Amino acid sequence: MSESPSSQAEELKLRERLAKLRDLPLLRGVGVSGEMSRLKRQLDRMGSEPSADDVWHSVELARHQDRPYTLDYVERICEDFVELHGDRALADDPAIVAGLARFDGRTVVLVGHQKGRDIRERTHRNFGMTYPEGYRKAMRVMELADRHRFPFVTLVDTPGAYPGVTAEQHGQGGWIARCQLTMVRLAVPSVTCVIGEGGSGGAVAIAIADRVLMQENAIYSVISPEGCAAILWRDAGEAKKAAAAFKPDAAHCLELGVVDGIVPEPAGGAPADHDEAARLLAESLRAALAEVEPLDPEERRRQRRRRFRAMGVYLE
Amino acid sequence: MESRIDVTVENREGERAEGDGKRHPNTCPRCHSHYRDDELEQTLRVCPQCGHHFPVRARERIAQLADRGTFAEEDAGLRSADPLSFFDLRAYTDRLAEAEVATGLGDALIAGAAAIERRPCELAVMDFAFMGGSMGSTVGEKFARACDRAASRQVPLVSVTASGGARMQEGILSLMQLPKTVCAVDELREARCALISIMTHPTTAGVLASFASLGDVIVSEPGALLAFTGPRVVQQTTREKLPDDFGLAESNSRFGHVDAIVPRAELRPFVGRLLAMFLQAQ
Repeated sequence: MSESPSSQAEELKLRERLAKLRDLPLLRGVGVSGEMSRLKRQLDRMGSEPSADDVWHSVELARHQDRPYTLDYVERICEDFVELHGDRALADDPAIVAGLARFDGRTVVLVGHQKGRDIRERTHRNFGMTYPEGYRKAMRVMELADRHRFPFVTLVDTPGAYPGVTAEQHGQGGWIARCQLTMVRLAVPSVTCVIGEGGSGGAVAIAIADRVLMQENAIYSVISPEGCAAILWRDAGEAKKAAAAFKPDAAHCLELGVVDGIVPEPAGGAPADHDEAARLLAESLRAALAEVEPLDPEERRRQRRRRFRAMGVYLE
Repeated sequence: MESRIDVTVENREGERAEGDGKRHPNTCPRCHSHYRDDELEQTLRVCPQCGHHFPVRARERIAQLADRGTFAEEDAGLRSADPLSFFDLRAYTDRLAEAEVATGLGDALIAGAAAIERRPCELAVMDFAFMGGSMGSTVGEKFARACDRAASRQVPLVSVTASGGARMQEGILSLMQLPKTVCAVDELREARCALISIMTHPTTAGVLASFASLGDVIVSEPGALLAFTGPRVVQQTTREKLPDDFGLAESNSRFGHVDAIVPRAELRPFVGRLLAMFLQAQ
């Protein structure tokens, strides 16, 4: 990694803060000492941390047009798949696919965003940007999974929930909230993998699983680099800087405890070899499910809740 | 295609710059009447001429809602850390310090025990003046603890939201506050305690897409913007013609997303009645 001026400035800032914390009388106790060891770790890591270029490389690979999408994986890792359509209320949202799948010799319920390969399909799939109807479809197959004790698998790949008038009128925010609540309450084991773009609320709606995984070159973020740049730098062209600042890559998400594991991709990234990417994904999904399946359903739910309750860093 | 997502704050900054940038905060944007601060305080910050609801800061909101002297703040010492060492044009730590000085608040949410119309409850109130009411780890943790306290005291939780969404400067951790607060509400529900969600202007993005929408009863104030994506971003992204009432409480009511729109002057007795209903049931 080349030493850019910004990373030097960052290191300087960290050292200053560390010095400040050392000088504080130990009044605030645990919170501060935790902060100190964190800062130390951060300093130790500075040399090996992914650089701005590495992060941006992930962003590009995560959005690569040849990246395998949910149905590409389904085709390769499921012995059979019956797609289920519709939210039983209003519509079928093509930006999310849901279905019963045979995976690893048993039935699971699978839900994933679907972006679409060519312009026609992309338009049909709305670029993987979900309407409330999509979350409702996801919710009703979550309930189906629970009823029949089928493990629940989701694949996340969306730029975000669709920002449109109808979507708003149909209650976009509320359905994202309720979709999360339904998923966190599942009695059956669940696993999520971010396979491309984990864009904000649209992604997190179906990502409240016992184990959350992320592919090596996927990104998971609160806002798109362009959006962040437009707001904070007042210039969408600063997307690369923004991405480096909010660190949406897998290594950082793992370090922050947001994901439990990173799913390796074949050399050159998932777009280069769909079959191998699928094999690696299947392996990780299998291992993750095996970890959580033996647990008692109540205990599993408690642990899932505890996992998400623990998210965040603050000073006491 | 550029990804367009929006659980984040600060669409409003742009709006302010374009529209009524020079408007004094005590000038009514609707009828242009101007008031002294004490006049507005008297009228609960509602324009006596046209009924426009001005924004209310968290402490004042608590004074409006809670019985005098009953609010006991908790977790006042919680502060945001800077897990990403985030630096855009300025350091996140500087922005935090500045917001604390400007607002007198530790972060964008105040929580504690209170009584409303002599009914006990837990109260969690957001303040838009603190970095756009954005939800980072501290707001998430304070809300979650408020849920815990409500559950252990077996009282309803009353939340008053005003937020631009997730706090970008905490990156993915701010997104994780959505599931975190959702989990906290799940535990509150398991303890069979009610969540009364009062959505005030503006309740948007990450806060709307998490705990605010999970209220057993959802109440809003007239004219409040309640939208996952704000009008400016929707307009820019889709080039659609937006309805005049896009995202407003009235539109949300028409589409079935809120239980009641209650003018500010009636809010306190209304919440009091709800508390009486829920406390009886326990």
